[in-house]
Amino acid sequence: MPRVKIGLKYQLEYLSILDESGEADTSLDPDLSKEQLLKFHHAMLLSRRFDEYMLKLQRQGRIGTFAPVKGQEAAQIGAVANLEDDDWLVPAFRETAAAIWRGTPLSGMLLYNAGYNEGGRIPDEQNDLPIAIPVGSQIPHAVGIAYGCRYQDTDRVALTFFGDGATSEGPFHEALNLAMLFETPTIFVCQNNHWAISTPRDRQTRSETIAQKAIAYGMPGIQVDGNDVLAVYCAVREAVQRARDGDGPTLVECVTYRMEVHTTADDPTRYRDEEQVEQWAKRDPIERLQKYLKHKEMLTDEDIEKDEKEIEQTVKQAWQDTKEQIDALSDASVIFEYLYAGRPPYLEEQREGFVGGQDNG
Amino acid sequence: MAELTMSEALNLALREAMDGDDDIITLGEDVGVNGGVFRITDGLLDRFGDKRVLDTPVAETGIAGMAIGLAIYGLKPVCEIQFSGFSYMAFNQIEAHASRMRWRSRGRFHVPIVFRMPFGAGVHALEHHSESKETIYAHIPGLKMVIPSGPRNARALLISAIRDPDPVIFFEHKALYRAFREEVPDEEETLPLGESRTAREGTDLTIVAYGAMLHRALEAAEKLAKEDGAEAEVIDLISLSPLDDSRFTESVRRTGRMVVVHEAHRSFGPAAEIITRLMEKSFYYLEAPVERITGYDIQVPYFAREQDYLPSVERILDGCRRALNT
Repeated sequence: MPRVKIGLKYQLEYLSILDESGEADTSLDPDLSKEQLLKFHHAMLLSRRFDEYMLKLQRQGRIGTFAPVKGQEAAQIGAVANLEDDDWLVPAFRETAAAIWRGTPLSGMLLYNAGYNEGGRIPDEQNDLPIAIPVGSQIPHAVGIAYGCRYQDTDRVALTFFGDGATSEGPFHEALNLAMLFETPTIFVCQNNHWAISTPRDRQTRSETIAQKAIAYGMPGIQVDGNDVLAVYCAVREAVQRARDGDGPTLVECVTYRMEVHTTADDPTRYRDEEQVEQWAKRDPIERLQKYLKHKEMLTDEDIEKDEKEIEQTVKQAWQDTKEQIDALSDASVIFEYLYAGRPPYLEEQREGFVGGQDNG
Repeated sequence: MAELTMSEALNLALREAMDGDDDIITLGEDVGVNGGVFRITDGLLDRFGDKRVLDTPVAETGIAGMAIGLAIYGLKPVCEIQFSGFSYMAFNQIEAHASRMRWRSRGRFHVPIVFRMPFGAGVHALEHHSESKETIYAHIPGLKMVIPSGPRNARALLISAIRDPDPVIFFEHKALYRAFREEVPDEEETLPLGESRTAREGTDLTIVAYGAMLHRALEAAEKLAKEDGAEAEVIDLISLSPLDDSRFTESVRRTGRMVVVHEAHRSFGPAAEIITRLMEKSFYYLEAPVERITGYDIQVPYFAREQDYLPSVERILDGCRRALNT
């Protein structure tokens, strides 16, 4: 009855391809086409400007509370760029960049943030779930969807996003465990942005990495520089391929940083040092990609300026469209819709009472 | 026609539904090899294989959350939550997502899931295995809540619940699983959700009950007829959500008196809603205050005293007599 060591031999990889000055490790550079790299750049820049515009609208009282994405564009675009249109995306609530990539209209997001349920509708052809607000609660959905993909013999996959805070929630652990047990084609992408409102990453868990939590479930895990779109892209590409091949799920930890407030109702000056934010600003994912693209002579300052102008127009137009949509949404009785496939008699009575201007109980 | 217990009838319903539709998947703790702790899923693994009958780890959140994903994908999961007392681990998934997915997505997605849960006292079980907290689920917009009262309607309702496009909480009373046999037709039978039924006709008062308490209400009605010469109409609610208020309000228009019986706790319990609906629709027909005979506002005691918690036939009878003699 000895007391012996259990020889667990686990190692994790950390992947970084682009350094802060935009220099790529040539041995790891995926050598993506100019077209694809410029698509990354455009989506990231559009996400950044749209986010900034929404912050202004919120400060002006035109839209409500939302969770800014600033700083996490590479972690999102690098991940979802690996999905086919009919793959599935299961977001949390900060995935503006991913939603833009997938085709969610900007006006839909604005409408949602302006407090209209209609904005939550995902276009029919797009296999994305609506925003899920309770932290980590959406993660098991990506297991069920992925199970369905395999059950019907397709090679589709489901990718879900969550933050470092969500890894303290039960559904994260139950989902990873189930995904491994049933070998579902799920890609778990943690955007470790270092903050869960005021709780820093090192007070969320004593684990050295988030990625190592995969080990406990017998799952492959990898940590990547989440502000390096190439590293995120490559790590998630491997995970997606593994899932499509029937080899099960992967946990990818993207180390990034929440450059803005948690939501617009939050004041980070109460709990974090501006110096830390400034340090992370030097690792900005968009500037880094721009430097890389300039090195490769795929992008010039003039190109950026042109793109910025187009984006400014796109974003302004989206708000114009949203305002027009809001004007057309004067019938509040739609609040009684979509509870069930049909409307039960008691609910119809309540709706009629509402429409008739009287609460008929 | 076969004489089946409620557990056999539920098993039959699952088999029939799964036979006819490859999209139906059963998942839960011990539902496969073991056939479920109450044997409701007995034989399903052999018949349908381990792709359709999933033995899950002990993870109610995961079961419910995975089921939501399966349903969004287009499948029709039937989850077994081993006891309703453990469903609170899954509650966030049910409340935050299952009940809201159609609403949140404006109809883009819907989640046709059945959450089967054994509930109720009377079988000498441990803590958390005897409770009757249907109010929690009946309160939530977007969910349906069904409680069968015997083998025949259990089988028909489960098939209807599985085919329903919305999430259904399906409470199965443990004390009814093997309480009696009933003839169940060979051909498939369904019942609409949201419709109550008249279990006994009467003219002098109306008793509203469901689940195991329906049988105590019926017993009280027989005694009342024999001992007092009063005929009670007994309504079996079947669905708490959507609540069918047309049958009992119509009945009370004829009888003028009502007693509501349930095993759930009293405060904010189903009787509160049932009686309010009656007030709204049939108040001027009432000839006596409405009585409610319910579980007390205490946790269900350990099994040596669980019968002291439950509405007894005598308590129901007393309530009926108060209503009749006012």
